Amino acid sequence: MSATAATTLLRPDARRGRAYARHYWAFAVPAATVVLLVILFPWIFTVFMSLHDWKVTGATPFVGLANYAKMLQDERFLWAIVRTVWFTIGTVVAPMLLGVWAAVCFASNFRLRGLARTLFVLPMMATPVAIALVWTMMFHPQLGVLNYLLTSVGLPPSSWVYDSSTVIPTLVMVETWQWTPLVMLIVLGGIASLPLEPYEAAILDGASAWQMFRHITLPLVWPFIMVAAVIRLIDALKTFDTIYVITLGGPGTSSETLNILLYQTAFAYYDLGYGSAIVVVFFLLILLISLLLLRVRQREAWR
Amino acid sequence: MNRHRLRRWLGRTGLYASVILLVSPAVLFFLWMLSLSLKNELDNTAYPPVFIPHPPTLANFVDVFEKNDFLTYTINSVIVSFSATGLALLLGVPAGYGIAKAKATKAAALILVARVTPGLSYLIPLFLMFQWLGMIGTLTPLVITHLVITVPIVVWIMIGFFEGLPGELEEAALVDGATIWQAFVHVAMPLARPGIMVAMILSFIFSWNNFIFGVVLAGRTTRTLPVAVYNVLTFEQISWGPLAAAALVVTAPVLLLTLLMQREIVAGLTAGGVKGG
Repeated sequence: MSATAATTLLRPDARRGRAYARHYWAFAVPAATVVLLVILFPWIFTVFMSLHDWKVTGATPFVGLANYAKMLQDERFLWAIVRTVWFTIGTVVAPMLLGVWAAVCFASNFRLRGLARTLFVLPMMATPVAIALVWTMMFHPQLGVLNYLLTSVGLPPSSWVYDSSTVIPTLVMVETWQWTPLVMLIVLGGIASLPLEPYEAAILDGASAWQMFRHITLPLVWPFIMVAAVIRLIDALKTFDTIYVITLGGPGTSSETLNILLYQTAFAYYDLGYGSAIVVVFFLLILLISLLLLRVRQREAWR
Repeated sequence: MNRHRLRRWLGRTGLYASVILLVSPAVLFFLWMLSLSLKNELDNTAYPPVFIPHPPTLANFVDVFEKNDFLTYTINSVIVSFSATGLALLLGVPAGYGIAKAKATKAAALILVARVTPGLSYLIPLFLMFQWLGMIGTLTPLVITHLVITVPIVVWIMIGFFEGLPGELEEAALVDGATIWQAFVHVAMPLARPGIMVAMILSFIFSWNNFIFGVVLAGRTTRTLPVAVYNVLTFEQISWGPLAAAALVVTAPVLLLTLLMQREIVAGLTAGGVKGG
């Protein structure tokens, strides 16, 4: 390290900056090594395992693509995909709408704004497992506080997570409560960076608040909204803690998403080969969406 | 004129109503959590529910630590989160500096991949590997896997921070004969202290909150707090007071940190859209 630095020091001053650029790589090597070891090795090994009939004990014969073929006929897997899509749409759309609304609110000046914003952000910082446990108690059909609140305003009680028809909307509600703040923060960052001139001109022309939002804020903040949407999309697909703690995929399998099925296959039934095949498919899906994220980021940079 | 004033008044009222509507689900939730943890079992299972504990009791908290060995789990959580955060700073701060200086956008993209991969997807091989190495039942696998969360957070935030720093001071140091390592340690790092603070706080919080690695890799004595609190739910007959108290114990440090460090946290989250797991 010091040897290379010494040799570069002998070069003329003008070229120094460019010559250093190569050495800056060295700074990233330890971190890159760890990330590669902890992430890349498992990926390669996962692909390898997915081609075998791999249980925790016993022989692990090579089975080719049998695990993947099994997936196409596994109704439980196909239903998990349907549920994941349904859950993901809900947990992207609701936080996006609420998050943009919240960002517009928090962008204006009002008393105690800092405190209100911090309180609003608390759900996403709190430990998901702890939060999920408290929600579970609130959903209790007889003693839960939510049904008390519903009936006290004259609404019928809900069965929340205890019925297959209401379980996914209920989980979507929990996730929305928890992750709307992240959308709000990203969009708020976008609004904060906007120039003031268009608004001043619009006020002079007598535009309403809605008109200003629709024709100035929304188009200018759109790239940030897209970034928030893709981040939310990825996080929605990855949801685990909330569903695992509140329903464990139940009742029956009616809230079993891809991530929960993956956990059950690998760590409850110890079918590691089939679990690995699910991982590969799941990962390809996420990778596709990440590429989308990169494109969105680039487009944002071009503007 | 009058119409204008009315419109303004309506706008302000609408704003305050919106803010109250947006913030109240969070506030009411945490108040209810506090209420559950401070009530005795009779009041917790009463219908209609008792909202304000009367009289409040700390018995639930005592219960949590007496019956569940929560002290061990707290120590585990502290060890894992502090080690994972410390190691991530050690690896991630220089990496963020290198990537920012070399303008290596491809390396940044690699970090992004780590951010989007579901934690569960690399747990199968890691679980096997740790089993072969005989490390299941120690805290080492937890620290190593938590690096997957903490390193990307630190690198991501530090790239943004170092990119925002003016390069003149380091260049001056280099002209004076410092090595690039010295320029980094003595010039760039002190300037980036606020960024390191943000990275540290966020990486600690998301490591502390992590559940999925613990639930697969932790043994009976190596549970972290989120795993321990989940086990309170499954292995005891449901008693709401202690359960709410346990949940509050787990998440209280994070909530306090958020309230105290709100400026840093908001800055960090806005920059990176970070989230662990």
